[in-house]
Amino acid sequence: MNLKNRSLISITDYSKEEILHILDLAEGFEKDQRQQILNKYVVASLFFEPSTRTRLSFESAVQYLGGSIVGFASADTSSVKKGESLKDTILTVSNYSDLIVMRNPLDGSARYASEVSPVPIINAGDGANQHPTQCLLDLYSIRKTQGALENIDIVMVGDLKYGRTVHSLVQALSLFGASFHFVSPESLKMPSSVKTWIKNAKLEYYQYTDLSEAIPKADILYMTRVQGERFPDPLEYEKVKNAYILENSMLDKAKDNMKVLHPLPRVNEIKEDVDHNPKAYYFQQAKNGVYVRQALIAAILGLK
Amino acid sequence: MNKKRTELIVSALRSGTVIDHIPSDKTFQVVNMLNLEETESQVYFGTNLYSDKYISKGIIKVSDTFFDEGEINKIALVAPTATLIEIEDYDIIKKHRVQTPETVEKIVKCFNPKCVTNHQHIPTRFKVIEDHKGNMKLSCHFCEKTMSKEDIRFI
Ligand SMILES: [Zn+2]
Repeated sequence: MNLKNRSLISITDYSKEEILHILDLAEGFEKDQRQQILNKYVVASLFFEPSTRTRLSFESAVQYLGGSIVGFASADTSSVKKGESLKDTILTVSNYSDLIVMRNPLDGSARYASEVSPVPIINAGDGANQHPTQCLLDLYSIRKTQGALENIDIVMVGDLKYGRTVHSLVQALSLFGASFHFVSPESLKMPSSVKTWIKNAKLEYYQYTDLSEAIPKADILYMTRVQGERFPDPLEYEKVKNAYILENSMLDKAKDNMKVLHPLPRVNEIKEDVDHNPKAYYFQQAKNGVYVRQALIAAILGLK
Repeated sequence: MNKKRTELIVSALRSGTVIDHIPSDKTFQVVNMLNLEETESQVYFGTNLYSDKYISKGIIKVSDTFFDEGEINKIALVAPTATLIEIEDYDIIKKHRVQTPETVEKIVKCFNPKCVTNHQHIPTRFKVIEDHKGNMKLSCHFCEKTMSKEDIRFI
């Protein structure tokens, strides 16, 4: 297992064993978070578009490890605004850091950065394409709450057509033999490319339009946001928007081991009365993101 | 009459490459893809020619030129039916169909407007794949989006 100096751009860059290795390391950081192994190291955090949640999670991971951070939180304040090419920014910043964490609105920007950069890149989201650390923290949360990643029943809810998080999670869980239950409005169904992936892995998927019908099947209930702007017809949105909102009473029929996950931020798709239910796990899930990012940084810098 | 003429064009080549059985409407595109306007060799081409097998076809011949396999196979993207004939001293020394390449670099534009290759000076790169129905598709190395044949635009 050698992840040292390897960029992480897409979750499919890692094998099953490499994913499990990161999750094991993350467990170590959950037990003992303040391991000062990143002293004397500098991590660059380049956010070409704002994403406060992801940026703070990465930066807190670096600081718990005792490392330093340089970078910017939006393209407005950087030389990018003056028209510098992505390649020049990456080559310059690689002179000042051992590792680059990058968020960029363009699809494929992270893969390109990893090919020009002399230091490894961690993709913190490239447009609508990939966000592999979200996927790793989802996997960590699933394993932690279910005891294992093998053969879970996952119910995915909301915008399954455009949601990159759910697509990556399907790809990753396919390695472990999951059953997939997709709940979405007709116009936001899981794309056929993702369903083909599942078929090729010789796994099963089921589709629903009614959320309450799917809930009793779930070990994991993975909620995502249904965005009004995705609908060509506002009337259609009005019709479906309340059908994919989770309320506490809907969890009565859920399995005992079931947990509710959400990549956050939520808008209104999970009612606040769910927050007090022991099945709500989304805030803990976000916390797990710090352990997973600590593990990833440590592995890529060759410190674990 | 037309048929005889086609044969004449082919047999007139002493040494070089003949690209035959190009769909008529793709002939000019193939000429462009091979950068033939820049060659110093003699180039002849014809289009809307009669053929037994195809209703009409295009043909290109380039004297004293033998293409690199990786270079010539890219024409399979627009002319999968094309045949390559290599000629030396009026003899055919090699004849085969063009092969679909495994990768396509620099010549095709990514159809995804948000792809990094459409915003920075980056040569495009695609993997040639087949969907479950056997249709050829191009998968962008960078943005990971897959485009079908109809979306292909040349740079
Ligand atoms: Zn692309």
